[in-house]
Amino acid sequence: MKLISLLPIPVVLVLLLSLLGGCATKAPAYDYSAFQKAKPATLLVMPPVNESPDIKATPGVWAQATRPLAEAGYYVLPVTLVDETFKQNGVSSPNEAQDIPYPKLREFFGADAAVYIRVKKYGTTYQVLASDTRVEVDARILDLRTGALLWQGNAVASSAEQQQQQQGGLVGLLVSAVVQQIVGTATDAAFNYAGIADARLLGSPRYNGVLPGPRSPLYGQPPQTQ
Amino acid sequence: MNPLLWARRVALGGGIAVLVGCAAKGPGPLYMWESFPKQQYEALQRDGYSPDDQIRLLEAHAEKARGAHAALPPGFRAHLGMLQLGAGNVDRARELWMAEKTAFPESAAYMDHLLKKLDAPAKTAKSENPA
Repeated sequence: MKLISLLPIPVVLVLLLSLLGGCATKAPAYDYSAFQKAKPATLLVMPPVNESPDIKATPGVWAQATRPLAEAGYYVLPVTLVDETFKQNGVSSPNEAQDIPYPKLREFFGADAAVYIRVKKYGTTYQVLASDTRVEVDARILDLRTGALLWQGNAVASSAEQQQQQQGGLVGLLVSAVVQQIVGTATDAAFNYAGIADARLLGSPRYNGVLPGPRSPLYGQPPQTQ
Repeated sequence: MNPLLWARRVALGGGIAVLVGCAAKGPGPLYMWESFPKQQYEALQRDGYSPDDQIRLLEAHAEKARGAHAALPPGFRAHLGMLQLGAGNVDRARELWMAEKTAFPESAAYMDHLLKKLDAPAKTAKSENPA
């Protein structure tokens, strides 16, 4: 307190403001000019391309994507019907779907923009002392009227985030590894982490995240600066 | 006013601002989700789920939302309509897809597409009928 009282008040304020900035990441602010110009309201989430060996990655990440985007204020086309539509039209893989020219998607689904997700990691890996359930995703949002890139980002969710606190010697590690294997498989843990990863990827408002959409009370406000 | 006291107050206020800034507490959720993402997940996997059980579950979800005056998520009615169609309830499917359009006019283009297809198979069947 002695130190603070020695400093002039403007200096104290500047110090406090820099504290506020403590939550911010180092990443430079996203350029939202294309996004703000496009003002998308309806989003088509494309079937996510899966680069992991787990076949549940596409349905898991796809099913969890609607919630963060809808809560961000967008209308999200129902993914199960979109899946059905693709299948009925002979589009059998996410790669094939993501290669469809954007004007065709616009014509068929009437969406303003499409969300192209890639799953880089999905599932539980088992080691002797620990198991890690990890979901890594990235996404691009493309304007279906112009083809312009409106936004891109990536996110990770991992069970290791929580495990770091509960280490209790070698035995504790072994026990928790076994418990996690059981829990991990029985309850489809990756699906839950897909929910966390998708919320981090597509939730709003977030620094450098997707801008709030028309149905959000935050619509039209300037992007988060921290 | 004592400058030390002032600094202390500013420091306290700043501390609270830091906490608030990190939490960034927004307004409540726009929709009642329940297990809807999980139902979609199961439907996307196609195998090992019962559409009939899911219809019952989602109808109960809709009932609960009505009781709580909460909004159903985008795509909820459309998804339920798809399940009803699968169960042979064409009229209920049509009703639900119309309801999706009413609740979310943004869905109109896609819903109209689906509604048009709903009546198309009958025509196709007729034309394919060897005369």
